[in-house]
Amino acid sequence: MATTDRELAELTHLRGTQKLDAFKGVKKLPLEEFFTSGHRTCQGCESALVMKLMVKAAGPRTVVLGSTGCMYVANTTYYSTSWVVPWMHTQLGSSGSAALGASAALKVLMRKGKMKEEPINVIAFCGDGGGADMGLAAISATLTHPDYNCLILMYDNESYANTDIQLSGSTPYGAHTTFSPPGKVKRIMHHRWKKNMAGMLAAGHPTCKFVATVCMSYPVYSMNAVRKALTIGGPTFIHSLDPCPKGWDYDPMQSHELGELAVLSGIWPLYEVENGVLKLVGKTRDIADGRVKRLPVKDYLLRQGRFAHFTNDDLDYFQSKIDEMWDKWVIPGVIPFRKQIDEDRPPSA
Amino acid sequence: MAEAIVPHQEFKKPQAAKGDTTSLITGSEAIAVACKLADVDVITAYAIRPYDTVMQYIAKLVANGELDCEYIVAEGEHSQFEIVKHASACGARVFCGSSGVGWMYAMEALTVTPALRIPMVAMVGNRALDDPGAFGVEHNDALAVRDLGWQLVWVDSAQEALDVALMAYRVAEDRRVFLPLAISCDGAFLTHSQGLVKIPSREKVDSFLPRYNRGDLLLHPDNPISVAPQANEDWLMEIRRQTAAAMERSPTVIREVYKDFARIFGRDYGNPFFEEYMTDDADVVLVGMGTLSTPVKVTIRQMREEGKKVGFVRVRWFRPFAAEELAKSLGRFKAVGVIDRDFSLGSPFHSGVLATEVRTALYPAANRPPVLGFICGLGGREVTVPDVRKMSEKIYEAAAGKSQPLTQWIGLRE
Repeated sequence: MATTDRELAELTHLRGTQKLDAFKGVKKLPLEEFFTSGHRTCQGCESALVMKLMVKAAGPRTVVLGSTGCMYVANTTYYSTSWVVPWMHTQLGSSGSAALGASAALKVLMRKGKMKEEPINVIAFCGDGGGADMGLAAISATLTHPDYNCLILMYDNESYANTDIQLSGSTPYGAHTTFSPPGKVKRIMHHRWKKNMAGMLAAGHPTCKFVATVCMSYPVYSMNAVRKALTIGGPTFIHSLDPCPKGWDYDPMQSHELGELAVLSGIWPLYEVENGVLKLVGKTRDIADGRVKRLPVKDYLLRQGRFAHFTNDDLDYFQSKIDEMWDKWVIPGVIPFRKQIDEDRPPSA
Repeated sequence: MAEAIVPHQEFKKPQAAKGDTTSLITGSEAIAVACKLADVDVITAYAIRPYDTVMQYIAKLVANGELDCEYIVAEGEHSQFEIVKHASACGARVFCGSSGVGWMYAMEALTVTPALRIPMVAMVGNRALDDPGAFGVEHNDALAVRDLGWQLVWVDSAQEALDVALMAYRVAEDRRVFLPLAISCDGAFLTHSQGLVKIPSREKVDSFLPRYNRGDLLLHPDNPISVAPQANEDWLMEIRRQTAAAMERSPTVIREVYKDFARIFGRDYGNPFFEEYMTDDADVVLVGMGTLSTPVKVTIRQMREEGKKVGFVRVRWFRPFAAEELAKSLGRFKAVGVIDRDFSLGSPFHSGVLATEVRTALYPAANRPPVLGFICGLGGREVTVPDVRKMSEKIYEAAAGKSQPLTQWIGLRE
């Protein structure tokens, strides 16, 4: 006999979540902050903004678990924590496990009457090193547990920015990092293409109800993605692209603008996958629908010192890869399988 | 910097012995039963032999509705230990475990747990480390965390496994301690070997084991603390000192808990830290940990009939290590032979880990008998009666002043 969703929910003691409605515009945001002064992030740090808006969206009845990375080291200097909500350090590769452990504890203690009944948000965050590299297996495992309510948020500044800007699995092709410096013989030291985390996790975890990409240049959309991820139930994942003045080498005043350029040039598509349904969002949707023309990616790359060694050939190659994302992927910018176009078909016998 | 020390709690009066049963079960199953009796909240499993039998028994208990817990099959040992670490921080009583290289795979998570003051209880089904692969017992896996703040105890029977598992929660979750605790069970010889075990009633266990209270360290919106912020050189040393102080308080708590256990359950283990066997009139003694106690005791009884007065000291608690007590005990004999089911390559005299600890314990003592180290039974190789005879002869030679290597491999193919 087939198990119904309702039976599965009973079998796994599924619990309710907080009902967090979408904010209806920037003027409707609450004033109260749960990530406040005391942190020591760099000027223009977008990841700090992610932390602030993430927990503002989640509200006070939230437990936050933070992997090692910029948002650990710079945010929680002993005796000057910036967290108003309960916060705990977790190891670099353990954001998935931390979310699972906290969620499991709250669930069982409430079920057994050892803790007051109440839906409590659990958010675990990680950087791209902790998430896309070391923590990938644990995040993947957590996303297969439909019965634990938690959000894993990966703030992606495209390098190990806290430890001196070393390349990660999320660093773009060709970027200058301290582990991939351009030299006299090798101009391009980093030949790998950035991992497609959100697409991979959405496609690979059929029971995960919500995966989204965000960028804090679009704060209301990003905060509403957090609220939806916490409301929908089960484990969810959000991937945030965070311009990083130190790692990307640009003037800190340009952080917001660089986030916009990432979306407008098509390198960072904004989308949500909710209950298996993909929705392109905002400017990304406008580009896909032809209402807005995609900007050349060099408008984005050449604003950053980490690509200063690029020749015109490098820029052309990079542009061709972005064009592929949009023209050849079966779902533009999301799933990198190729459409089978007529010319590619072998002649029939 | 002094930590808040909560006075020892008062416990309910023990119930009558009703509901006690006797079962023929393995060491692993005994610990699974202890988890049920202790009403553990979150348990994480991952497959590696031989400890994983405990998780198979627990899975059955959960499937049959005998244990209400979150039973999570993790995707690796690192996650296994990280999941329960966070669950414990949120107030859940947790259980976990591993063997051999699995334990080593979890090493980062094991490292941070003591300083976070997480009273996790884990089972180590002792297993040889790779390479080459071997399922058999060696103690190097559990011993790898000996410097980090884990309490380490070795048991040698299924009954002791059950009893110590219950006591482990009382010790670890005592606010004076709040340190993780690993129970070592020799792979195969205990994890898979059955013995008759007296299983106490839930009522008795409830009167012995209070509910886990995380207190002001609870991670909850009603207690908005930041746990483990970045400290660096300005505070790290003071934080280390707090963890050290907790370990220094542990022996007192262990003594209290063993005493209370004897009162409620009627099984008195005497000195919690080590067991002495036929030592009263012994000339020389062997020292070791775990299930090698069986062949050693059998051989000692044989040798006694031949007039050789050999005794045996089985070390139970390796951390905290009862150095002064052990040194006082060993000082009574003419020579001591330490059997290590482990190795510590390049260590003083190329000894095993236990031999080095025993020598260290004896150094400040008034009476310092010669100490021979024996490496024996690695990779699950049996420690045989002839092995024990051979070691005993060598200790007698040492007692007579005959010079010989301080470390010798026994039962090795030449």
